[in-house]
Amino acid sequence: MCGTCGCGSDENGPVISKPGEHYHTHSHSHDENHHHHDDHSHSHSHHGHSHDHKHKVLEIEQDILQNNAVLAGRNRGYFEAKNIFALNLVSSPGSGKTSLLERTLADLKGEITFYVIEGDQQTLNDANRIAALNIPVVQINTGKGCHLESDMIYDAVKKLELKDNSILMIENVGNLVCPSMFDLGESKRVVIISTTEGEDKPIKYPDMFHTSDICIINKIDLLPYVNIDVQKLKDYALQVNPNLKFFEVSATNGDGMETWYKWLKSNI
Amino acid sequence: MHELSIALGIVKIAEDETKKANAKKVTKIELEIGVLAGVEIDSLNFVWSSAVEDTVLEFAEKEVVVINGMGKCIDCDTEFNMENIYDCCPKCGSNFKGILQGKELKVKTLEVI
Repeated sequence: MCGTCGCGSDENGPVISKPGEHYHTHSHSHDENHHHHDDHSHSHSHHGHSHDHKHKVLEIEQDILQNNAVLAGRNRGYFEAKNIFALNLVSSPGSGKTSLLERTLADLKGEITFYVIEGDQQTLNDANRIAALNIPVVQINTGKGCHLESDMIYDAVKKLELKDNSILMIENVGNLVCPSMFDLGESKRVVIISTTEGEDKPIKYPDMFHTSDICIINKIDLLPYVNIDVQKLKDYALQVNPNLKFFEVSATNGDGMETWYKWLKSNI
Repeated sequence: MHELSIALGIVKIAEDETKKANAKKVTKIELEIGVLAGVEIDSLNFVWSSAVEDTVLEFAEKEVVVINGMGKCIDCDTEFNMENIYDCCPKCGSNFKGILQGKELKVKTLEVI
C-alpha cells in the first residue's frame, strides 16, 4: 500500500508465510476482477420524501492510528503474560539487521528460545536465512507496504505458537521513516545504524530515533576505512532522544556483541 | 510513504462513524495534524483521491487543522515552540523535554448527510 504507485487495493495486502510453505509471489496482472461492489440495487425509493438534506456534524475526536494502537496493546499484553521479550528492529535497508540477527541467534540459541518475524516487501530470502539456523520464523511480505502494522504481527504470532520465557525478534521493513509511526506491541524498539551511513542520520530521520529505546551502531569493523565520527553520531541521536542506550558492534567479526548479549539475557 | 496507511485509517473511521449515524456520506471532514506527528500533509493530499475512491469520503471536503509543536523543558520548565522533534530548550539547551502539543493525528469532526 505505497502511495508512490497509488495502489491501495487488497491485492497488494500483506502475505504471511513460513519457509517451505506454498509461496505466493503476487505476480498476477493488475486489472483482474476489479468489480467496485456495485451490486446493491440503487432503487432510490425516497423515504418519506421530505428531502431537507439535514447536515449533521459528528464530533469524532478519534486518533487515526487507534486501530493499530488497540491491536498493538493486545500483542503487548500477550507478550507480557508469556514473558516474551519482543524487539522491533528498525533501520534503513542494508544496515545489517539480518546479519546481526543471524549472529545473535547462532551464538545464543543454545541458551535462549528465539522466534523471528521477518518483514520485507518481497521474497522469503530473509526467512530462509533464519530458518537455516533452525529458528522458527514467519515471513511477512507487505507487497507495496513500507512498514509492518500491529495486525500483521497479531496474525504472524499465531503461526509461531510462541513458548513462554522467549525472545521474539521482529525485523521490520528496511525503512527509516514509515515504521516509526506504527507500534507493533514490542517491548523495546531497536534502531540499527551502520558506520557507512552519515552521522547526521538521527536528525535527518528523527522520528525513528525519537521512538526507539536502543541504538545499535553496526559495522564498527569498518571504522578505519570510513569517514564517520561515532561520537558525533551519538550526540545527534541523543539530541533527538536523550534516553537512547547504545551498543557498538560488528555483526561480521563479533566485536562488541557480548555486551549486546548480556543486555538481551538480562531482559528475560 | 505511510500516508496511504494514514488515509486508509481515516477512511475506516469515516465509514464506521457514518454507518453508526445512519448517514449516507460525508460532506466535510476535519482533521487535526500536528507538525511533529510525522505526517507530510502534501503526501497525504497526494494519496487522498485514490484512498477515498468509492467510499463515503469520495466527495467530502477535507479541512486540515495544523497544530503547532510546543515543548516544556524538564530541566528549567521553559515552554517553547517546536518545529522539529529534536529542538532543544532555547533557554538552557537541555534535550530533555515533554511534548505538550504537535503529535496530534486525529479525525475531529465529520459532517454527514
